[in-house]
Amino acid sequence: MKNHVWRPLFVVIGVVIAILLFRAVYVPSDFGAQDRGYTFGYHRLSNEQEWKDYPGKYKGSDYCRECHDDKVEEVSSSQHEMIPCENCHGAAFDHPDDPEKLVIDRSRGLCIRCHTKLTMPSSGRNDIPGIDPTKHNVGEMCSECHNPHSPSLEDM
Amino acid sequence: MKRRDFLKSTAVIVAGASVSLSALEFVDPKELLAANPQLRWGFLVDTHKCVGCGFCVKACKTENDIPFEANVTRTWVERYVIKTDGEVVMDCPKGARDGFTTKLLDQGASGNRLIPENEIAQAFFVPKLCNHCSTPACVQVCPVGATYQTADGTVLVDRTWCIGCGYCIMGCPYGVRFFHPVEHVADKCTFCYHRISKGGNTACAQACPFGARQIGNLKDPNDPVAQALMNQRVGVLRDEYGTKPNVYYIGLNKEVR
Repeated sequence: MKNHVWRPLFVVIGVVIAILLFRAVYVPSDFGAQDRGYTFGYHRLSNEQEWKDYPGKYKGSDYCRECHDDKVEEVSSSQHEMIPCENCHGAAFDHPDDPEKLVIDRSRGLCIRCHTKLTMPSSGRNDIPGIDPTKHNVGEMCSECHNPHSPSLEDM
Repeated sequence: MKRRDFLKSTAVIVAGASVSLSALEFVDPKELLAANPQLRWGFLVDTHKCVGCGFCVKACKTENDIPFEANVTRTWVERYVIKTDGEVVMDCPKGARDGFTTKLLDQGASGNRLIPENEIAQAFFVPKLCNHCSTPACVQVCPVGATYQTADGTVLVDRTWCIGCGYCIMGCPYGVRFFHPVEHVADKCTFCYHRISKGGNTACAQACPFGARQIGNLKDPNDPVAQALMNQRVGVLRDEYGTKPNVYYIGLNKEVR
């Protein structure tokens, strides 16, 4: 064969080798078909651990109880017992270290998530006591009259 | 040795060495699943219990660092209102991040719509999240192997490997994937993999005051979710796509898309 065939061929082989070398360096060694086979499981295995190590923010009401058992006890006798502490008090993160104090959401917007009266037959929403937020003491904070830990109207 | 022979054999050796041994193995996924049969995450939603408070959406956004103001979310809640004349009206303002606080249904560009009380036959809420399908379409279409399914069934995205091409976002029949505005990669619900793999609950299920959301191990016959699937009438979304979703709904009806 002539030189004009060989020369481009060398270039192509060189490029292929360069790509393969780059691939060997760049692709992590734990990359491959894992438990779910090629179609669904082709990935870098260590990424699973990275997702497991993702930092959580919510700690759960049992974590709150460790220090604030009096407050947890207070709310436990009311209808609001079912609401996790962090829904209103904010995610705990590393409280009490960081943040030292949690910011409580006292806005009307939080209460009317459940207590806006909607017509929702075939939904649990219909059974929750509700108001029309555009008419019911507009501009006031709900907690000025209602105690969120003991919201019963008889106790007002 | 001639130069020609030398180059020939070099090319053969390099090509041969670059094919890793694992690429020549034939792996049957069923065989591997049978070897690890004890865990398969699944999710149960009780639409009767959902009141549309949206605490799940808020908790998910906080837990997983999804920008609160951006119009993307890993989970959302839809409101369906079925009128007496059969018309179905649906809305989902901001993914129900702030719950449903008005009777007006947000119809996007065509404005808000109020449906008179006497015209409402049925109205209910349907929470949505990734179905972590048994044959996920989003994983099949990924050209770089950035999204995958773990042995216990969760579909995850490798953020260091995703090139942001968006095939998976198009491929998902449920529209649960989106482009993360900060990470600049495809993003989706992970079933709070960091929480459930440490024995915890997902952030959305923990935040739900009414127990409308539950995560469980479908392979454990004593698990509450597995029990409910056996003993109750449950449905899945878009069964016809053949993706075999693993989020089950109690009280699903045909109007829910």
